[in-house]
Amino acid sequence: MELTTVWFLLVAVLFTGYFILEGFDFGVGMLLPVLGRDDRERRVLINTIGPVWDGNEVWLITAGGAMFAAFPEWYATLFSGFYLPLLLILLALIIRGVAFEYRHKRPEASWKRRWDTAIFVGSLVPAVLWGVAFANILRGVPLDAEHEYVGGLIDLLNPYSLLGGATTAALFLTHGAVFIALKTVGDVRERAGALAVRLGVVTAVLAVAFLSWTLTIRSSTAAVVFAVGAALALLGGLAAARVRREGWAFAGTAVAIALAVATLFAALFPNVMPSTLDAAGTLTATNAASTPYTLKIMTWVAVVFTPIVLAYQGWTYWVFRKRIGVAHIPHH
Amino acid sequence: MDALDVARWQFGVTTVYHFLFVPLTIGLSVLVAILQTLWHRTGNERYLKLTKFYGKLFLINFAMGVVTGIVQEFQFGMNWSDYSRFVGDIFGAPLAIEALVAFFLESTFIGLWIFGWDRLTKRLHLATIWAAAIGTNLSAYFILAANSFMQNPVGYRLNPETGRAELTDFLAVLTNKVALVTFPHTLAGAFLVAGSLVVAVGLYHVIRNRDSADSSAYRFATKFGSWVVLVSSALVLITGDIQGKIMTQVQPMKMAAAEGLYTTESPASFSVLTIGSLDGSREVFALKIPYLLSYLGTGDPNGTVHGIDDLQAQYASQYGAGSYTPIIPVTYWSFRFMIAFGLAAAAIALLVLWTHRKGRTPTSKWLLRAGLIMPLLPLAANSFGWIFTEMGRQPWIVFGEMLTRDGVSRTVSLTEVLTSFTAFTLIYAILAVIEVKLLLRYAKSGVPDLTDLTDPTDDSDDAERPLAFAY
Repeated sequence: MELTTVWFLLVAVLFTGYFILEGFDFGVGMLLPVLGRDDRERRVLINTIGPVWDGNEVWLITAGGAMFAAFPEWYATLFSGFYLPLLLILLALIIRGVAFEYRHKRPEASWKRRWDTAIFVGSLVPAVLWGVAFANILRGVPLDAEHEYVGGLIDLLNPYSLLGGATTAALFLTHGAVFIALKTVGDVRERAGALAVRLGVVTAVLAVAFLSWTLTIRSSTAAVVFAVGAALALLGGLAAARVRREGWAFAGTAVAIALAVATLFAALFPNVMPSTLDAAGTLTATNAASTPYTLKIMTWVAVVFTPIVLAYQGWTYWVFRKRIGVAHIPHH
Repeated sequence: MDALDVARWQFGVTTVYHFLFVPLTIGLSVLVAILQTLWHRTGNERYLKLTKFYGKLFLINFAMGVVTGIVQEFQFGMNWSDYSRFVGDIFGAPLAIEALVAFFLESTFIGLWIFGWDRLTKRLHLATIWAAAIGTNLSAYFILAANSFMQNPVGYRLNPETGRAELTDFLAVLTNKVALVTFPHTLAGAFLVAGSLVVAVGLYHVIRNRDSADSSAYRFATKFGSWVVLVSSALVLITGDIQGKIMTQVQPMKMAAAEGLYTTESPASFSVLTIGSLDGSREVFALKIPYLLSYLGTGDPNGTVHGIDDLQAQYASQYGAGSYTPIIPVTYWSFRFMIAFGLAAAAIALLVLWTHRKGRTPTSKWLLRAGLIMPLLPLAANSFGWIFTEMGRQPWIVFGEMLTRDGVSRTVSLTEVLTSFTAFTLIYAILAVIEVKLLLRYAKSGVPDLTDLTDPTDDSDDAERPLAFAY
């Protein structure tokens, strides 16, 4: 396999990992005002992701770094082109990260309320905007012959990309609800389980619509298989959620997210950013790539360190495998 | 004002701001790990109390370092896309490796450390803070290797077809002599900040809470921090000296600009301060130390130090017409402020140790005040050091290869950059106020009581037991 293809796959894998892991973090954040009826319940919700959210977010840093190293042209065009959405994502991630750490540092209700808002907004904004961004990548954007983005903000807001944003937000909400049901005990668990089923129905409709639309824009055999797989995994997850098989439900939504992301990347390949203007503007895994030497070094680093990272991050989830409930929340 | 100016200001503000948190994270992670190791080894509870106490301050600061760091990685693509295209083949690799090798380690294990008090054995829990500390320090290496490529590009070739820089020798990038000396210099500077914070907080309680049951803990922390400051300030000086000589080789203009030396001199003297015209070209009064600049730059008190005018003429013939001189007042004063603030912290540490000699306890209000401003001094020194080295490289973004003005994103409008600059500055200012208030609150509250602490080795599976730590 060409090294450029390997790195296309690796970037896809990193974003997939990011959306699976931070997907439920975003879901928990968005559900904070819905499922957390009082401070102790909200603390239960936050603590389900407390030990892991930071490590989950590193998937994004690594995906961004991998894109920079392996496909500098893609990184440069994407990040300068999608300027304002990315700015909003960054601002959201800033207030959200600080909120987790600072919320419990003072006892006043007003203090906590403000950080709760920061967690909610800081989770909602990226959950929507990542969908908008990836939908636009797939749909194609105006790139000139030098691969520079020549559109404006308005070009990024189209019905397809907005449906993409609604789909990722819905997927993450469902994924988050299922995760909460999996990680808590008592009342919160019951309500999260029931909510997951209701959210899941809406999510399934949105996801099927978005993925179908995606395949009409561009497609490949793999993309079709992945899209069908994503729909089936989501429905399977929902069925499991209905009968409160929480582990299976979580596996279902996780696989659904993975296959939905895979659908986008498979449909995109070998392009990484198609141009809607001049075909010469289209960025591909080949013309956006670094030199074979750089890719070779990066491949070795990835081969050695990715398993190590997966091992210790997996171990973290094992350490914090126990469910928590209001009884576990200390009073200070 | 155009998009370039705003993009530069944004990079300056967000980077200096990010680096207010980085040194504390680098240094305190290790110091907290040492405190916890002392507890593990001796079983003395005062070390556990200090671990928890400084650990809290560390985490308040850590959160800010993490979230402001994400901006750094994406900013290159957003505001500096032509730079990213030009150097991506080289510059992207250390950033990606940093994330994969170091940042994952740091972020994952810090989560384990925060929440793991009652989930891991004592040994394993101790290992998690060390893993996080190693990740943090390793992370600094890769970032500095990337920065060093901008200071002294090595291990690459220019592809005439694409006009891009291409990696030819990755080992050369990682062993760039600028990186090798900047890494210990930056780490020592970070420990200067962390040690100063440990002193400031400890000393506050030593003087204000004389009769506290935990006075021995505070006393230990104050002395421990002071030694950290003294040792790291010595290391800062040694590494800074080597760095100055290397910089004189690779960027003679930066070192000439550090002195505002216009004409080539041998021997050259170092001015402690100068009063004169703002661009430094005409001096009214200067306090000078003879031979020192020659020694700093070349290692020989009679060595030749090239002046700005000669270098400017040389670069103009080498790279084409244009100004290759950085803003002299900025380089001149940032260089001096860096040194002065760093030395001031070391002086206070010395004074603190002196007042603690042979079991004495200081009472001076002045010492208390000096102690309280102490962390700000090396923090300022770190900022001025970065301002010096980055502004001293101008007009280059990659020295000798790409001008800063050519690296900016061409398609990003002034309105867009202004929006992001304003947004970041505002949110950073608000968060700074919140962070400082929280740090002061927790610093004042002192070391925690251990009475409510469950035994982390108690492995009984009590389902209703509250978590040792929860957000």
